[in-house]
Amino acid sequence: MHKNLDLFLTFLKIGAFTFGGGLAMIPLIQKEVCDNKHWLDEQDISDIVAISETTPGPVAINAATFVGYKTAGFSGACLATLGVVLPSFLIISLISLLLTQFQSIRAVQYAFMGIRAAVLALLLKALWMMFRSAKKNAVSYLLMGVSLVLTAFFKIDVVFVIIGCGLFGLLWSLLHRKEQSDGTD
Amino acid sequence: MALIELFLTFLKIGAFTFGGGYAMIAMIQAEAERHGWLTQEELVDFVALSESTPGPLAVNMATFVGIRTGGVFGAAIATIGIVLPSFIIILIVAKYFEAYKNSKAVGGIMAGLKPAVVGMIGAAVISVARTVFFPAGINAAVFTSAGFWVFLGLFAVTAVMAFRKVHPIVIILLSAVIGIGAGYGLGL
Repeated sequence: MHKNLDLFLTFLKIGAFTFGGGLAMIPLIQKEVCDNKHWLDEQDISDIVAISETTPGPVAINAATFVGYKTAGFSGACLATLGVVLPSFLIISLISLLLTQFQSIRAVQYAFMGIRAAVLALLLKALWMMFRSAKKNAVSYLLMGVSLVLTAFFKIDVVFVIIGCGLFGLLWSLLHRKEQSDGTD
Repeated sequence: MALIELFLTFLKIGAFTFGGGYAMIAMIQAEAERHGWLTQEELVDFVALSESTPGPLAVNMATFVGIRTGGVFGAAIATIGIVLPSFIIILIVAKYFEAYKNSKAVGGIMAGLKPAVVGMIGAAVISVARTVFFPAGINAAVFTSAGFWVFLGLFAVTAVMAFRKVHPIVIILLSAVIGIGAGYGLGL
């Protein structure tokens, strides 16, 4: 099969069958791309995880673009990305139409009242997972607190929080490195 | 004009969200509020539907907001907006991967961003909690309503399930059933 078409179909499948997105998608990508198609090796997959964590945007898009580019260049990147997005796009468009039809029904409204409580629970779990994977030191706690307060209570544009914390991290690491090298001299 | 605004907003969200879909909620919420695209309740409902359908949370959310604002064309515009920054950045990173991987600057920036993501998800927790428990504002009457205690109980049960690694779809379906039962039972 033509490689571009194969990439498109493989990522169409990945997009249609992974729930929750994010890093939950990585094992499936690994299975398809390494074990079944032999496009990339294990090292590439761990590179993808590292890249996805350090670049903005959805992990699924990052991974699809990277695999597509490595496998078949620019056209591969385009087709893999299109493939991973398309199922979401079609399914959500359909659901959105249905939702407009049914949202005036009482039972549907009640169902969503229950579901909102569950979303809060899922968010709390995500917060805990993120907190656990973050560094546990004074600077890290300070940044967590400042970005929480600024976002939740001061309605500051999140973009500024992101840029501010990124710059702070960069400056801190530069300063810290200088101290370390001073110490060894 | 509204479509250009939609595109630029999701371009911005795509370019500045690290740490996956949940970190994006605070940002989508702020933008949706500013532009008057959705109510807080609708946003939380979209998060639930995005969790229960396949595909990346971010793309699902973009499609939802887009279709509400500008139909299927709006959905396409919002989705392209959220995908484009990732796509371009990955193409650049893939090309210069060795330099990127060994860059100390990237490590430093990430050390600052990770805690920021924790803070932003924390902010999303606070605002969703407000939407769930205090949809009409915080006042004494809330604490005497049966609905408040039912949903607080439901939240506690679903939180335990989430931490026990029960699949999100199971949790969402169960809470929908309990919501329907409580709604009719209490005549909310």
